[in-house]
Amino acid sequence: MENHTLEEEKGSSLWRDAWIKLSKNYLALFGLGVIVLLCVVSLLTPWIAPYGYEEQNLMLGASAPSYQHWLGTDIFGRDMLTRIMYGGRVSLAVGFIATAVALVIGISWGAIAGFVGGRVDAVMMRIVDIMYALPFMIFIVLLMVVFGRNILLLFLAIGAVEWLTMARIVRSQVMSLRKQEFIEAAYSMGLSKWTIIRRHIIPNTLGPVIVYTTLTIPSVMLLEAFLSFLGLGIQPPQSSWGLLINYGVETMEEYPWLLIFPGITLSLTLFALNFLGDGLRDALDPRASKD
Amino acid sequence: MALLDVNGLKIYFHTRDGVVKAVDDISFSVDKGETLAIVGESGSGKSVTCYSLLDLLPKPPAKIEAGSALFDGEDLLSCSAERIRQIRGNDIAVIFQDPMTSLNPFISIGEQLIEPLIYHPDPSRRISRDAAKSRAIELLDEVGIVDPHSRFHCYAHEFSGGMRQRVMIAMALITQPRLLICDEPTTALDVTIQAQILELIKKLQQSRDMAVIFISHDLGVVAGIADKIMVMCQGTVREAADAESIFYRSDNAYTKSLLAAIPTGAKTIDNRAEAGRPLIEVSHLKTYFNDYSSPAARAEKRQVKAVDDVSLAIQRGEILGLVGESGSGKSTLGRSILQLVPTTSGTVSFDGTALSSLSTAQLMPWRKRMQMIFQDPYASLNPRMTVYQTLAEPLLYQGLADSSTIDQQVQQLMDDVGLARASMRKYPHEFSGGQRQRIAIGRAVATKPDFIVADEPVSALDVTIQAQILDLILTLVERHNLTMLFISHDLSVVRSISDRVMVMHHGVLVEQGDTEALWAKPKQTYTQNLLRAIPLADPKKERRRLSSL
Repeated sequence: MENHTLEEEKGSSLWRDAWIKLSKNYLALFGLGVIVLLCVVSLLTPWIAPYGYEEQNLMLGASAPSYQHWLGTDIFGRDMLTRIMYGGRVSLAVGFIATAVALVIGISWGAIAGFVGGRVDAVMMRIVDIMYALPFMIFIVLLMVVFGRNILLLFLAIGAVEWLTMARIVRSQVMSLRKQEFIEAAYSMGLSKWTIIRRHIIPNTLGPVIVYTTLTIPSVMLLEAFLSFLGLGIQPPQSSWGLLINYGVETMEEYPWLLIFPGITLSLTLFALNFLGDGLRDALDPRASKD
Repeated sequence: MALLDVNGLKIYFHTRDGVVKAVDDISFSVDKGETLAIVGESGSGKSVTCYSLLDLLPKPPAKIEAGSALFDGEDLLSCSAERIRQIRGNDIAVIFQDPMTSLNPFISIGEQLIEPLIYHPDPSRRISRDAAKSRAIELLDEVGIVDPHSRFHCYAHEFSGGMRQRVMIAMALITQPRLLICDEPTTALDVTIQAQILELIKKLQQSRDMAVIFISHDLGVVAGIADKIMVMCQGTVREAADAESIFYRSDNAYTKSLLAAIPTGAKTIDNRAEAGRPLIEVSHLKTYFNDYSSPAARAEKRQVKAVDDVSLAIQRGEILGLVGESGSGKSTLGRSILQLVPTTSGTVSFDGTALSSLSTAQLMPWRKRMQMIFQDPYASLNPRMTVYQTLAEPLLYQGLADSSTIDQQVQQLMDDVGLARASMRKYPHEFSGGQRQRIAIGRAVATKPDFIVADEPVSALDVTIQAQILDLILTLVERHNLTMLFISHDLSVVRSISDRVMVMHHGVLVEQGDTEALWAKPKQTYTQNLLRAIPLADPKKERRRLSSL
C-alpha cells in the first residue's frame, strides 16, 4: 500500500518531467522517431519486404540500384533492400536485447558492489576482473559447444561480456554517491538499504549509464557481425547489417552499393541512438535545464 | 591618483532567460597600503566585479557593457589578453576561498611557488631555480609555515586547511604584487585559524604597502582589517565609506540589516530544558575509525579516536551547543548518537532505551523520533527528487501518511519552513542555499521527531540567510517542543541559539556549562583561546583584538 503510493508519486516526477523535456528536444525526437521506424519496419518485414530474403536470381547477379531493385542486388541476385530489412531484425534484436542483458546485470552488480563495499566489493570486482581476463572468444565458443548454436544464446553471450564495463562504471558512481549527505539523510529517515539503492542511488547514476548504453548498442551490433563472420553467430542465408557490411567491404570496388546501403543504415541508426541518448541524459538530469 | 580606479563598471550576463545585471554601474578606488572590503550576500556581484579586473569571467555569458578600471593609469578592461596575463602574473594576485581546489595535488607546493619566477613570461625577470627557491622559503617562513625547508617539498594534502591557506597567500605574494584580491579567504576555516589568517593578511599588507581588496559576506570578519567598506547588493553599491562610518554611523537600511544579522549576544527565547528529565544519555561513548591515512598507519592498525570516552545528557526541551574546531570529532559524536556510524563502545540511550544494542531493523521505528539537519544544503538533497518527493519520503516510509493525506501534509510542511507551495514541483538546484536549507529542515521535522542533531546547519550560508535560518530553527523548536544538539564551529552562532554549551577537542569534551556562564568565565585555556578568536563587529575593538593575538 505504502509502496504503491510511492511508485505513483515517483512516476509523476523525474520520468514525467524528463518526458516533457525530451519532447522539446527535436534532435532527440528525431532519433527516437528513426529508431521506432526501424523497429516497426523490422517487425513487419515478413509482410512488407518486396522479395524473399533467400530468393536468388543468379541470371541477374550483382546489379546496380534500379526500378525493380531500389538498392540493387548482391552477387546472387538477392534484393538488397530485402536483405537489409531482414538483417535489421537480427541486428536490432541483438543490439537491444544484449544491451538490456548487460544493463540489468551491470547495474545491479555495480550498485551492490559499490554500495556494500568492503569485502563484498572486493570479491565482486575480482570476479569482474577474472571475466575481463578470460579470452572472449574462448568463452563464446565454450558456450556454443555446451549449449549448441542458438540465436538467443548469442544475445546472452554478448550481454554477459558487455556488462563488465557497465558494472565498473556504476560501481565508481555509486561509491562517490554513497558518501553524499543525502544518502546519510535517507538512512536517518529509516529507509532500508534496498530502498536507498533504488530511490536515491540508481537514478543518480543514470547519466553515464545512458551514455555508455548508446555506445554499447553499436558495439554489440558489430560484435555480432564479427561472431557471425567467424561462423559463431547467425548463418547464411540469414543476414545482419554487420554481415552485409562485411561482405560489402570485400566487393567494395566492383559493387559499391553492397557496402554503401547497409553502411548508411547502420550509421543512421547510430546517429539516431546518439541523439536520443544525449537527449535522455539531459532530460533525466534536472540540473541540465538551463544552458 | 589611486592605484586602482574603477569607474561606471557594468557587467551583464546574457543568458537564455534574459539579461542579468550582475554589476550595474559601480565605481570605487583603492590606493596602495589601503584595504577595501567589498561586502554583500551571494549574488550581489562582489566576486564578479573583482574577476572582471583580471579577465577571469566566462565570456560569454558575461559581457562588460561599460566602464573602465585604471590600474596605475592603464585600463584593465580594454588592454590585450597578453597584457592582462602579464599583470595577473606580476602586479595583481588573487587568493580564493578554497585552498584545496586552488592547489595542484600532484606538484609539491614548493614547485608551485617558484613556477611563476622561473617561467616568467619576461625573460629578463626570470631568476634561477636556486634563487627562486630561497625566496620561496623566505616567504613560507614569513607566512608562518614552520620548518619551511622541509615543507617546501610537501604536497597540498599534507597541510591542514589553515596551513594550505597560508601557502596560497605565499603563492599570491611570490611575484610581489601591488594589489592583492582576497575572495572570502577565511570562510572555509575555523574561527581560530580565521583570526590568524586575518592578522597575517593585515601584517603582510602593512609591511609591503600593498593595496588589498577583501571580499566577504560577513561584515564582522572585515571590521578589523578594512579601511574602506563598500556594501553591495544586487549589482549596485548600497553604501561606501570608511570602516568606522559603516559600523558606527550608517543610516543605510541595507547596511543596518547586514549588521543586525551578525549573531551577537545570548539566546532570545526562554530555556525550556526540563531539568532531571534527560531525553538523551550518552555514557563512555567511543567511536574509533581505522586510520588509513598512510601505509604505516594501516600496517600498524592505528586508530583515529574521533570520539573518546564522552559522557553527556541532554534534557528534554534543551538546545545543547557543541563547539570545536574541524577534526575535533563533534560531527562524529552527533552521528554516533543517531547511530549513523558504528560506535566502538559505550552506550547511547534515547528516552530510556539503549539504542546501541538495537539492530538496524530494530532501529527503524526509532528513526522517526530522531532526525538530522546537515551542513551542506547542496549535498544533503537528492538532486533528482522534487521538493515534494523529498518531503513526502519520510512521511510515507515511516507510515505517517497515506495517499489521501500526503499532499496536504507536504503543503503544511512547506508552510512551516517558509517555502512557497507553488515551488513544490521544483528540483533542489532551482533554489538558493537558504531555501535549500529550509527544505532540509522540513525533511527533518516531517516525522515530528523529539530530537534533532543539527550539524553546522548555517555554516554554508550568508550571514543574513544564517540569521533567518536560525530564527526558523528556534521557531520550530518551540512549536514542536524539540530537543536539539546544535553543532557548529562558529561560537557566536552557538551562543545565540543554545541553552548549554559543550566544547570538544581531539575527541574529548574539555568543558561544558550554561552558555552565558561559560562565555563569562571559561575555565580551560582551550576554551579561552576559542572565545578570544571570535571576530568582533566593531572596528576599534577588532583592531585591538587582532594586534593582541
